[in-house]
Amino acid sequence: MNAKRTYLRGVRAGVPIGLGYFPVSFSFGIMAVSMGLHFWQALVISMTTLTSAGQLSGIGTMMLPGAYAEMLISQLTINVRYSFMSVSLSQKTDEKFKGIFRWLLGFFMTDEIFAVASTEKSVSRLYFLGLATMPFFGWTFGTLLGALLGNILPEIIMNALCIAIYAMFVAIIVPQTKIEKTLLVVVGISVGLSVAFYYLPYLNKVSSGLAISICAIVSAVLGAIFFPKKEAEA
Amino acid sequence: MDTKEFLIYLLIMAGSTYLVRAIPFALMRKKLKNRFAISFLYYIPYTVLAAMTFPAALYATGNVLSASVGLAAAIVVSLKSKSLTIVAVTACVGVLLTECIIAFL
Repeated sequence: MNAKRTYLRGVRAGVPIGLGYFPVSFSFGIMAVSMGLHFWQALVISMTTLTSAGQLSGIGTMMLPGAYAEMLISQLTINVRYSFMSVSLSQKTDEKFKGIFRWLLGFFMTDEIFAVASTEKSVSRLYFLGLATMPFFGWTFGTLLGALLGNILPEIIMNALCIAIYAMFVAIIVPQTKIEKTLLVVVGISVGLSVAFYYLPYLNKVSSGLAISICAIVSAVLGAIFFPKKEAEA
Repeated sequence: MDTKEFLIYLLIMAGSTYLVRAIPFALMRKKLKNRFAISFLYYIPYTVLAAMTFPAALYATGNVLSASVGLAAAIVVSLKSKSLTIVAVTACVGVLLTECIIAFL
């Protein structure tokens, strides 16, 4: 009974992620089909890859003939951030969450699932699986519906849903900055860098996946140097 | 692109994404002792999310004004509530109301 409760607690925590994924994957489905992919291809990509920036870049690369090396290199640069998240979360898993479970559940390490899991003191297998459930289905069904139905939802509803995922990010960061003022500085540096990559000439040519990795790593390094945490705090 | 080529592409895309996630997760067995590494990994989730949110979120709704209202609502509500769902729904409603008002003006 306790196991079921842990799993369901994860499922509940994953609901906003699943809702937030829906419009993003919906538009991915529309885009994939408009680029000439079959609906089943869009669906299979989402079910096996489960990432936004990587998939978006990936279907662009697929339109080129035989660009296998380019596919590999672009995917690795966009997705390198997941490695840092995996190392980070590996420090928070409980004693049963190891071996084969890490190999299986590591598949679900998206930005958002990672972020919510990080707010736990200790992450169990069942909680993590529960947390991944709604995002996986949201991502999959969103892609399928987008690929099959295209622009059927009114634009105003789609627009409103698009903010959900970012609101969730805000809800993860803001409460912690209330307790911890130095975090606000570190997060501020990351935002400053991100703004620079978005608007400054030359820097805005860097792919968004890579830019996010650079911003996150540089600001976290600065944070670790100037505001180091004690083992117990982190 | 025929189905065979699609499957090769899919294998590269899904395979590399999976391995980038799973290898460090599965192989990192020890608890870190180094204070720098602990601090770095503590900050990573927050810095990733912050960089993803700003400024990209301002353009998420196709209208900077409605997106700003949605984000402002999210910040205000998250100062009071820890529920991700409540914050997300409030932000969506904020965007929806703003877009309705813009449409009527």
